[in-house]
Amino acid sequence: METLIAGAIDVALALAVVGLAWGALASADLFKAIVLFVAFGLVMALVWVRLNAPDVALAEAAIGAGVTGALLLAAYAKLRAASPDANVARAGGMRGIGSISIRILILLLAAALGCAVWTLPSDYAGLGKEVAANIDRSGVSNPVTAVLLNFRGYDTLLEVMVLLLALMGTWSVGATAPQRETAPGPVLDSLSRLLAPLLILVAAYLLWVGAHAPGGAFQAGAVLAAAGVMLLLSGWRLPAALAALPLRLALAAGPATFLLLAVITVLLEGRLLQLPPLWAGRLILIIETTATISIGATLIALFLGAPPGKEDRQ
Amino acid sequence: MSAAFFYALAGAGLFSIGLHALLAHRHLLRKILAINVMGSGVFLVLAAMATRNGIAIPDPVPHAMIITGIVVAVAATALALVLMLKLTAETGQAVLPGRKKEDNP
Amino acid sequence: MTASDYLCAALLIIGGLFFMAGTFGLLRFPDVFTRLHALTKADNVGLGLTVAGLALQAESWAVAGKLLLIWLLVLLAGASVSHLIAQGALQRGMRPWKR
Repeated sequence: METLIAGAIDVALALAVVGLAWGALASADLFKAIVLFVAFGLVMALVWVRLNAPDVALAEAAIGAGVTGALLLAAYAKLRAASPDANVARAGGMRGIGSISIRILILLLAAALGCAVWTLPSDYAGLGKEVAANIDRSGVSNPVTAVLLNFRGYDTLLEVMVLLLALMGTWSVGATAPQRETAPGPVLDSLSRLLAPLLILVAAYLLWVGAHAPGGAFQAGAVLAAAGVMLLLSGWRLPAALAALPLRLALAAGPATFLLLAVITVLLEGRLLQLPPLWAGRLILIIETTATISIGATLIALFLGAPPGKEDRQ
Repeated sequence: MSAAFFYALAGAGLFSIGLHALLAHRHLLRKILAINVMGSGVFLVLAAMATRNGIAIPDPVPHAMIITGIVVAVAATALALVLMLKLTAETGQAVLPGRKKEDNP
Repeated sequence: MTASDYLCAALLIIGGLFFMAGTFGLLRFPDVFTRLHALTKADNVGLGLTVAGLALQAESWAVAGKLLLIWLLVLLAGASVSHLIAQGALQRGMRPWKR
């Protein structure tokens, strides 16, 4: 009986995910599409919980639904301001015969992918046992954090670099139309004053607890980004004195620390990012702290869009 | 046949829906939404493969890869949105300039 | 199943009914303001009952306290955001629905 209910929940969630994605991509109104996409992200977070992946669920809810939704809505507002007929061109990328043959090809691709995932062997053990065997030498007890920051630390090093690179690309494209600074009403003002310190506390908690429970640097950085986005929306801007060097220090702290650790491990141990087991826990905490600050600052700067100091120029 | 295979099928379906929307729409914001849906489909297949044989301890390596993928996807989405806004500021509408004569007024 | 399990199941089911009521209101009410009313009222009570049911199954007082904090934060955010949405709707000229 229990497995029947669990199976029904799984089928309902899978259908909801596909239905929301279809609705988001096929709806005529662009705003409705964005809202359905955010709902799709939140239902995906539930799917991650059902698949025994709470770290991924936290990251999807915070980054995939939260930050991406904020970015999409901000871009939609700027698009409406720039060209009032933003809802035009709903479809029409393919015409006539081309449309039908592309649809048949994609149906065939979907059938092929479905067969491919259905016939995968189900007795593959995966790397869970190897990770569990080596977890004591990794410095943390959460296996996902151990994989992210110790066993596959190289991927995470490149990932923080990619975030910084996206910000450099955004700043180099140039300032788009600035957001109007309206005075916030009393409700938004007091909400942001109340929630910002609480969100910073939650981010610090997520960072600390990531060593032995679901959490970690990326989820904490996303919560910091949520606090920053809320402050930006209620009219706060970084004072000019802080916007030059301290902002750039905050943005570069994570990647620079990680890169420094990589160079040191190559020089001392001969292998890239081979953390010595005695020091691994402390090193991981240092890396995660600087990475959290950098990720939060980078996501906030990506939301703002324009380089600091150039917001008033077109 | 555990529930994970249904999620893997849903992931394959999400990828196909996203690919069709990427090709069918001309508006750049819809293309960005479609690419994000395709990415979510791939992540779903990865996570479903991590728990497919019902073992108690899920495989943490695909989970770490999915977290990496989510962060990279948001970085790419942010950059793509800025490029789309720049294109709209230059040409007045958020579609790529067409190559065929019928697309240019 | 013990008595607290039955109580937890009952609280979760009643909370689910409140969520369904809020969703019916979202789908059936005629304008923004009535829909906001249905959503915030019904979903807050529904979440409170769900949190109460889950807190009965929590392992420690710390976990129950975190669940209560989640409910308080959702109350705060829901009230503020519905005020902001209603204010935005009024600024765009939408007037409340009259029969």
